[in-house]
Amino acid sequence: MRDPAPSLPVPRRLAPRRLAILLPAWAWLALFVAAPALVLLGIALGHYDTGVPPFQPPFGPGGAWQGTFANFVAIATDPFYRDSFLRSLLVAFVTASLCLLIGYPMALAIARAPEARRTPLLLAVLLPFWTGFLIRVGAWIGLLRDEGWLNGVLRVLGVIEAPLPLLYTSLAMYVGMVHAYLPFAVLPLYATLARRDPALEEAAADLGARPAVVFLTVTLPLSAPGVAAAFLLVFIPAAGEFVIPDLLGPPEAQLVGRVLWGEFFQNRDWPLAAALAVVLLVVLILPIRLFQRLEAEQR
Amino acid sequence: MNVARVGLWLGLGFLYLPILLLVAYAFSADRIPFQWGGFSLRWFVALAADERLIEAALLSLRIAAGAATLAVLVGGLAGWALARFGPFRGRALFGALIGAPLVLPEVVTGLSLLLLFVALEGAIGWPGGRGAQTVLLAHATLGAAYVAVVVQARLAGADRSLEEAAMDLGATPFVAFRTVTLPLMAPSLLAGWLLAFTLSLDDVVLASFVSGPAGTTLPMVLFSKLKLGLTPEVNALGAVIVGVAAVALGMAALVLARVDGRRGGG
Repeated sequence: MRDPAPSLPVPRRLAPRRLAILLPAWAWLALFVAAPALVLLGIALGHYDTGVPPFQPPFGPGGAWQGTFANFVAIATDPFYRDSFLRSLLVAFVTASLCLLIGYPMALAIARAPEARRTPLLLAVLLPFWTGFLIRVGAWIGLLRDEGWLNGVLRVLGVIEAPLPLLYTSLAMYVGMVHAYLPFAVLPLYATLARRDPALEEAAADLGARPAVVFLTVTLPLSAPGVAAAFLLVFIPAAGEFVIPDLLGPPEAQLVGRVLWGEFFQNRDWPLAAALAVVLLVVLILPIRLFQRLEAEQR
Repeated sequence: MNVARVGLWLGLGFLYLPILLLVAYAFSADRIPFQWGGFSLRWFVALAADERLIEAALLSLRIAAGAATLAVLVGGLAGWALARFGPFRGRALFGALIGAPLVLPEVVTGLSLLLLFVALEGAIGWPGGRGAQTVLLAHATLGAAYVAVVVQARLAGADRSLEEAAMDLGATPFVAFRTVTLPLMAPSLLAGWLLAFTLSLDDVVLASFVSGPAGTTLPMVLFSKLKLGLTPEVNALGAVIVGVAAVALGMAALVLARVDGRRGGG
């Protein structure tokens, strides 16, 4: 009797070869992603030393344990380090919230634009990303300095007499952060909003809901996954941001990225810098996992 | 709702105003940046004579080209595997590792790669000092993560039955890959290369950590200059970078439009 199924699945001809094909990729990832994480953890448990390199590894010759948890204890107990983490999380939270507030109307307007105009508008939002991040920070320095463009305009308009101190303030830092991260927020927001079904909004409007009510009860709740993804996509890198607070922010704003940088480059305390990086990673694990889950669900 | 459209234009104004002003004031003769002192090209002339900057720019371009090429090889392979290999052994770990540089703060990636290079140097004598080579490897690691995402997205959107049809018609897996999969991947490989190239040219944090005395990239020079404020020379450099980026993007858009048009017409 013949098999009723005419075609069986194609045998997986590739299967044995796939492992070999993947080997270079595995080797790369083991060497440049997995190994650095392990080395980082190892050196975070090491002692500071004045030699070259400036640390004692946690395992001495023969594998004897000579490590220490002192770096982690210092981070947990010293208010200087603790506050830098809290301040960084606050800055990341405010930056991500501002990006959502500014980015949401932008994404919504692009999603509502006629089909042919959506891609050019989206490109217009992403384009500044290609002009160089330091150049944009430099432009803000020129705009916000005491003798800068903004103070000049305000003086000509008669709004102010003496220049406002704008540069090297929290305001300048947030302006720079939002300017740098705004495109990252618009992208996931647009991805969600472009997929929304306009019929739902029309139905709500037909049933008598005012535009604001339609937005709050239909559009906004349906875009929740995009809002969460956009928030996290800004929050995660902003929490470790170093360059923008350093160039635009107030000198006293000791954020964790800056503290880590200082411990490494100025104090040459590599184990403490490594411990700060490990703690930053642990703090960010939850938002990172959350972001990856959201990404997986969107696909 | 018109509120959203007003928001869009205000947002675009916020994004573009600083960049446009920077470009405009690059042509000002005034010694103070963002002050108009009449039209002049003097800062571009000064820029062209700054050997340290030119040297750093050339080094950055070389590193970016090398890093982007390496990133396309590694990230292209990884993205292809994630899109087409099905549930292979270790897939979750593989995906997490390739994507890790995307989500890790730059200071963490930079510091951990530096510590790796130092540890390797102590253990096996490679990479033999830090500089352009270590920056290239760090940038390739970051770029590969982006390339993998772009390639995976492209292949996920493409019909898998094309490759199966080729193999049913007798093509060996290699021929099917070369004649069907690779052309499918090509636009994403190009986009990924450009993305990795830009990321490398733009990076100051990774480079500062893993570089040595012989590997000062353009962003590292720019960063140290900006710490002292904005000079007219840096302003002119900004205008040059914006101009080059605009020309490059215009050309990329033309090429993509032509490729799409040909495909649509054929």
